[in-house]
Amino acid sequence: MSTTWPLWEVFVRGKRGLNHVHVGSLHAPDAEMALRNARDVYTRRNEGVSIWVVPATEITASSPDEKDPFFAPSGDKVYRHPTFYAIPEDVPHL
Amino acid sequence: MSFDNAYESLLGGEDAHWAFGTGFSEALSGVDREFPAGVDRDALASYCLMLGDDALIFSQRLAEWCSRAPELEEDIALANIALDLLGQARMLLTRAGEVLGKTEDELAYLRDEREFRNVHLAEIDCGPGPGGDFAATIARLLVFSSWRLALFSRLRGSADPVLAAIAEKGLKELAYHRDHAAQWTVRLGDGTDESHRRMQAGLERVWPFVDELFATHPVEARLSGVAVDPASLRSEVDGVLEAVLSAAGLTRPADTKAARVAGMAGRDGVHTEVMGYLLAEMQHLHRSLPGAVW
Amino acid sequence: MADDLELRFERTVQAEARIEPRDWMPDGYRKTLIRQIAQHAHSEIIGMQPEGNWISRAPSLRRKAILLAKVQDEAGHGLYLYSATETLGADREDLTTKLIEGRQKYSSIFNYPTLTFADVGVIGWLVDGAAICNQVPLCRTSYGPYARAMIRICKEESFHQRQGYELLMTMMRGTQQQRDMVQDSVNRWWWPALMMFGPPDAESTNTEQSMAWRIKRDTNDELRQKFVNMSVPQAEALGVTFPDPELKWNEERGQYDFGSPDWDEFWQVVKGGGVCNEQRVAHRRKAHEDGAWVREAAAAHAAKHAPSKEGAA
Repeated sequence: MSTTWPLWEVFVRGKRGLNHVHVGSLHAPDAEMALRNARDVYTRRNEGVSIWVVPATEITASSPDEKDPFFAPSGDKVYRHPTFYAIPEDVPHL
Repeated sequence: MSFDNAYESLLGGEDAHWAFGTGFSEALSGVDREFPAGVDRDALASYCLMLGDDALIFSQRLAEWCSRAPELEEDIALANIALDLLGQARMLLTRAGEVLGKTEDELAYLRDEREFRNVHLAEIDCGPGPGGDFAATIARLLVFSSWRLALFSRLRGSADPVLAAIAEKGLKELAYHRDHAAQWTVRLGDGTDESHRRMQAGLERVWPFVDELFATHPVEARLSGVAVDPASLRSEVDGVLEAVLSAAGLTRPADTKAARVAGMAGRDGVHTEVMGYLLAEMQHLHRSLPGAVW
Repeated sequence: MADDLELRFERTVQAEARIEPRDWMPDGYRKTLIRQIAQHAHSEIIGMQPEGNWISRAPSLRRKAILLAKVQDEAGHGLYLYSATETLGADREDLTTKLIEGRQKYSSIFNYPTLTFADVGVIGWLVDGAAICNQVPLCRTSYGPYARAMIRICKEESFHQRQGYELLMTMMRGTQQQRDMVQDSVNRWWWPALMMFGPPDAESTNTEQSMAWRIKRDTNDELRQKFVNMSVPQAEALGVTFPDPELKWNEERGQYDFGSPDWDEFWQVVKGGGVCNEQRVAHRRKAHEDGAWVREAAAAHAAKHAPSKEGAA
């Protein structure tokens, strides 16, 4: 069995009214320990902050770079591309 | 931010520059430092030394893990706990020093072994030295923090406003320490055969030193309203330990207790053999340069 | 297609924009970065030891707290940096294995021994100071996660440097014995600190490509000169001297001239012949191996209690 703990991405909301922001990652055996480690490592145990931890493998990401070959085989979701929708030329302002 | 004043950490506070260190950045300046009327000041000083030495010596032990923990994240966690306890020790020694006319450093570095008042549980080697391992360290942390948390939650009502403030601040820290220890106890108890065996052995290692935590000392008896009678904590702490051990699938060790030495133990300044070595290491530099400033 | 990607990569780098984890990047860039960041991470982790050596003996409780917090920060820095390598597809466990098997390096400075408490101050002042000179430019390095880690680290390092200098100032105001201790420590650390910038440019490999990729921003000699210029007035304010008879202000250059470190010693230490090389790696190896059963136990517990994926809608 692998003794390597999985990688978790850490998101912290510094104070109420703000979004959670990605601050980094860490290793932990499970979600509970990941939360605790995140508190130690990234928030100095500031009680006021809210933390999310997400297994790094559970993140689905788009590519900021359309030429990213990672996405090339399946392509991106074409229905998000404006040219996917054929619009008659006489429809104004689209 | 400053590390100068041991009391600074008592009043909530702004962000420190240190990434992980806690508890240096605030001040006790708002807390009333007068001694309550009618309090036995010598007893109060002794009591502060007891609680302060527990924290100081255990912190010294925990800091031995620095750069030796099973994973980086745990290295940081254990150092945090050591720092919290060191912060508690500094405030308590400073309070004792207000009675005794000494600084925190004079008390930490210039007392001899027989003048230290900590319980044996704080001083024994539970790893990373040969006397234990990570499991024994967690076992000690579980027992110590469960006990101290129960103690501090009552100490908040102390007639001494400084002790009450120290307890108030320490409470959150100790809750975190206990939680950390409990999380690990469950994981080690449940994880693998080896970790289960080691965790059970860790409990057996520390159990003989549990009884001393609940023995009422004459100093405590003299400080009604100021000190907490540790005998009153037993059932609460037992309940906590019971719950954690049962969640972890571990067996509570038989109630063996380490014998006292001619009736005396840590609170009386009578320690185990490792204490002399611990102090020799901790104190030698301070003592070998008299008059130096740090 | 490949040319296209490479062109886009190069334009991004030249425009001082950041390369991010999922962007296409040349293999060489990825490998060089992993090596550089891992070496940096290893340095933080190994660097815990020389200073950690004094935690148990710190001469005041305040200094003990500061030192413990500082060494703890270094664990955090190592962790941030290992995380940055993981965005490039490296694995912390694998990098740790390479470190403890001696297949990857860390900064040679940490193979020097810490012999007195003054070393704690001098490491803060000179070693962290040199590290800051090396690292500040990396806050603008082309690889995003590395740059972000460096911003965080540099902020904390500058605090470390100040605490080191403050300790030395305090000691210099103390007894003669303390002042001698500080000077002795400076004598031992000055040359190794200068060596932290690496061999002279003329002998340094990798520099050119790394500069083009913006993963290195200044040459070794430029940084070394900058460090000397910064440190001399600090030494004067402190009341210590550097052990270099050639050190003097050059009016014409507007910089300090200084002697050359003993590069034979440098290479000897790099190649494993320092006083502490073996000890440092053995210490790290022992911690890692002794912790294996703990990591395994936690992983086993997590596996037993993982929610079953199949049940999920």
